[in-house]
Amino acid sequence: MASMFENSSILRLKPLGGIKVEVARQSGCGTSGGAGKSSCGSSDGPADMPPEIWEKVKNHPCYSEEAHHHFARMHVAVAPACNIQCNYCNRKYDCSNESRPGVVSQKLTPDQAVKKVLAVASEIPQMTVLGIAGPGDALASPQKTFDTFRQLQEKAPDIKLCLSTNGLMLPDYVDEICKYNIDHVTITINMTDPEVGAKIYPWIFYNHKRFYGREAAQILTERQLLGLEMLTARGVLTKINSVLIPGVNDQHLIEVNKAVKARGAFLHNIMPLISEAEHGTVYGLAGQRGPSAHELKEVQDACMGGANLMRHCRQCRADAVGLLGEDRSDEFTLDKVEQMDVVYDLGKRRAYQQKVEAQREAQVAAKKAALLAQGVDDGMKVLVAVATKGNGKVNEHFGHAHEFQIYEVSATGTAFIGHRRVDHYCQGGWGEDDVLPSIVTAINDCHAVLIAKIGACPRDELKEAGIEPVEKYAHEFIENAALGWFADYRERVAKGEIVHQVRGDAAIRQGAYLAA
Amino acid sequence: MAYKIDDTFCTGCSACEPECPNQAIYEKSGMFYIKPEKCTECIGSFDEPQCVSVCPVDDTCIIDKSYPRYVAA
Ligand code: SF4
Ligand code: SF4
Repeated sequence: MASMFENSSILRLKPLGGIKVEVARQSGCGTSGGAGKSSCGSSDGPADMPPEIWEKVKNHPCYSEEAHHHFARMHVAVAPACNIQCNYCNRKYDCSNESRPGVVSQKLTPDQAVKKVLAVASEIPQMTVLGIAGPGDALASPQKTFDTFRQLQEKAPDIKLCLSTNGLMLPDYVDEICKYNIDHVTITINMTDPEVGAKIYPWIFYNHKRFYGREAAQILTERQLLGLEMLTARGVLTKINSVLIPGVNDQHLIEVNKAVKARGAFLHNIMPLISEAEHGTVYGLAGQRGPSAHELKEVQDACMGGANLMRHCRQCRADAVGLLGEDRSDEFTLDKVEQMDVVYDLGKRRAYQQKVEAQREAQVAAKKAALLAQGVDDGMKVLVAVATKGNGKVNEHFGHAHEFQIYEVSATGTAFIGHRRVDHYCQGGWGEDDVLPSIVTAINDCHAVLIAKIGACPRDELKEAGIEPVEKYAHEFIENAALGWFADYRERVAKGEIVHQVRGDAAIRQGAYLAA
Repeated sequence: MAYKIDDTFCTGCSACEPECPNQAIYEKSGMFYIKPEKCTECIGSFDEPQCVSVCPVDDTCIIDKSYPRYVAA
């Protein structure tokens, strides 16, 4: 049966054999938020996932690609201090782990942050998750972080809280984390071998001292893994972020995957290094490159066939506000928020969330039907790019897309592979011809691109590049559209109208992704 | 001598502020400064001046030569 779980890209790490990990127990810690509670009755979670875990993740845009269409998260930058130095980071800007290098978030005091969150949540019912992440480390300024969480738990109990940390101070704050409604913790773990770590972290500040090189990396990895074990023991969900740095930790990440899985990590997110000289990072200045789309997918696939990886992280700008493909942060700047009279309307938020439940069910039913229509599985797998502005549908104009979602399609189903960010092709109605080649490079590994509409000029150029532009499935659910096109494609191949060919590699775009 | 913060390099990240054993570091409109009369160079408290060790930007927390060397009372 196609459960909600298969439909989304929430994929749980299965513990390694022989090691018993209690991820599922909720030992009184991390009470799950009320967000979906009132309306969850009908949405059945996956068979192998305990209901309380499903409850935690189903409306979380960082955990579920499908939830990304309906729900939004926001970050507030209340904790700019950091206690480690990373070679992919330029401290003048945001942390390039959760967000993007070269972008500065507005620093807020806990009180300002709380008001901003309440203002956004009242205006945008989709906002269900609040995170404290970069710039800085949430646990390097624990007072500011926990003061923000404490106030929010009182004033907006339906908002889920999450934090990101490098893990150095994590073991000391597990008890504190369990006091609040924090059910998701993200830890950035780039290595478990201090030799590798020494190439990523020049130093750490720990116990009132600076440690360098191997010694620093040794302390860091011990503290990270201990913190992860402690969270797992307390039933707090964890996501591990790893930055793929070609030539430094690419093969090593397979070891990291095993180590975190053995300690009960719920998700592992392997993301590409973003590195350009103008970001002023150590790597950027030294010419360390980021991985290509193919290299990224190869490491992701090597980590257990991709069955336990999260692939939809788009490394959003840290203080972006809004749903997929839109950024409304300009409406919520500090000055504007201070002028606002905020009324927190829980009823309005619940009503929206109920509407989403109904829509998700329709989506699952539609996918089932599309799968039934597929012929025999001959093992063929292709990638398709999709332009969407939300609601799980093919509903974006080619020229308006900020990014394309990439799905792998076969006769047995669809799997979400990732995003490709692109520059806007259409500016004020005019196609920018110099932008088109970069879009083609970004989706060059795809056989087709599904869009709501496309102009004549880019259509011809895409065809030329061997990518089929498809408007036929405009406003249909993405997975149906992909399966429908795939059935049609195979039919044409079978009839000899076209010849099936293997596509090339694609480039991962560098630079800031400004839309949420 | 006391330490001072070179405000051309300081990113305002606030990492140094809570580390100072003497609350000598304070914020003023997003930038951080050291009160020289309160700074003990961390002598007697820690092996390393804490602001120097935690600061992500090299040569930002530096000795202010216009003050005499700190002598423990
Ligand atoms: S740690 Fe350094 S950069 Fe950060 S506020 Fe203090 S002096 Fe400025
Ligand atoms: S040297 Fe020590 S006492 Fe002086 S400002 Fe820095 S942290 Fe404070």
